[in-house]
Amino acid sequence: MNVPADLKYAKTHEWLLLKGETATVGISDHAQHELTDVVFVETPAVGRKVKAGEACAVVESVKTASDIYAPVSGEITAANTELAQHPELINSDPYGKGWIFEIKLSQASETAQLLAPEAYSKQISG
Amino acid sequence: MKRTPLFAAHQKSGARLIEFGGWEMPVFYSSIADEHQATRTAAGLFDISHMGEFVLCGPAADAFLNSVLTNDIRKLRPGLGQYTLLCNESGGVIDDLYVYQTGAEEFLMVVNAARIEADFRWMRKLWSAFPNHDDVDLVNASDAFGAVALQGPKVAAFIDHCVDRGGNPSELGKNEIKQTTFDGKKIFVSRTGYTGEDGFEIVAPADVIEPVWNRILEAGRPHGLKPAGLGARDTLRTEVCYPLYGHELDEQTTPLEAGLGFFVALDKSDFMGKQPLLAQKAASPARRLVAFKMQGRCAPPRPGYPIWTSGSPAPIGNVTSGTQSPSLGIGIGLGYVGKDFAAPNTAIEIEIRGQRAPATIVAKPIYKSGKNKITV
Repeated sequence: MNVPADLKYAKTHEWLLLKGETATVGISDHAQHELTDVVFVETPAVGRKVKAGEACAVVESVKTASDIYAPVSGEITAANTELAQHPELINSDPYGKGWIFEIKLSQASETAQLLAPEAYSKQISG
Repeated sequence: MKRTPLFAAHQKSGARLIEFGGWEMPVFYSSIADEHQATRTAAGLFDISHMGEFVLCGPAADAFLNSVLTNDIRKLRPGLGQYTLLCNESGGVIDDLYVYQTGAEEFLMVVNAARIEADFRWMRKLWSAFPNHDDVDLVNASDAFGAVALQGPKVAAFIDHCVDRGGNPSELGKNEIKQTTFDGKKIFVSRTGYTGEDGFEIVAPADVIEPVWNRILEAGRPHGLKPAGLGARDTLRTEVCYPLYGHELDEQTTPLEAGLGFFVALDKSDFMGKQPLLAQKAASPARRLVAFKMQGRCAPPRPGYPIWTSGSPAPIGNVTSGTQSPSLGIGIGLGYVGKDFAAPNTAIEIEIRGQRAPATIVAKPIYKSGKNKITV
């Protein structure tokens, strides 16, 4: 399973790419593989303020709906509108075109709670 | 959790396993959409060993079954099966099942996995009360048998290679069953299924089912056969609007509400549930099972979501089954609504996470094999 080294991970399988004060969020390759066949993605509204661990998006596969949790607290600054027409990008490119939202961090120290790639790899192989 | 005789084979194929009716079963091997598509266009192979088998024999077996089941057993002959229901005293559904006549005085019932105990308890009780019960032998043989379903437009081309030479299941007509052999051991093959495609179901002794599974995989591979899990089984049956016990059917729901009146022979002699069903038919059922399609792109409907119409002060019903249709590329579902809202083309709304999305009631089935255009 692909676990890029430049990302941080939540135990709930979201990844986070830090770029200064904002971060891009999506779901891991492992998560998309578990879900398979993503058919719909509900992205959070831009401007919404979320707390770390709050459900803020939904990824629907053929079989089930899965909540996506904000890995950190902050304000949603962008959502991936491409997913409305092409939800399958979550499956085909989970770390690239399948990103879900961008968030402006309100408490940068929270990123310390996230998993490093090695720790996340260990979690999903266990 | 119980495991079927094919459990090791599923693990070897990398199946994702889930709990279903007390059984640990494959939900998919590659992906639900992939296995769904293989079954619609070529062939899919399903483990249905979790389902139950009851064997009935004796000179009064037919009369007993006709007093217990809703369909008319007299329409059967040796080698033919029918879809039928087992009801309680109020006409509520204990189970829906297939009953096959396998001999002059011999019948095979195939029942839902999660209902084996409930069905057998109820059948035993009715058997005790049946006047000629010394002439009926009723056996729960569920643990002795495994079963697989081979489904799809290409399966007739290779089914004959999956049993001993001369068995020729391809000669069976719809709903027919025959006893033949696999490596010299007796098996049943019927031309039935739960997908809306042509197909066969094989019931075999538990220790024979794994070689049967492997032989079919091998014979079907050149035809595009894939092993398929319960995920695809569910999307396939939802597209063709076949009910699933625990979703569309339960002990508080009658076959008439579920639109299964065709399988209830109200003109035959007395059977369990007949009087309340006659009364309900005369009064016309107040709620009806309907099929619907979502309009445009939205999240797929799921069981339990409320159904509304614009302007109604309260929900008019509930979704019982819902998914994204892999064949049509839109959200589809089944649900119960009040009879005034049940006509095809009625505009409804499905409440998805607090927001209502437009949908339309459509005639059943939602998808008809080989006769569909992709529409959104």
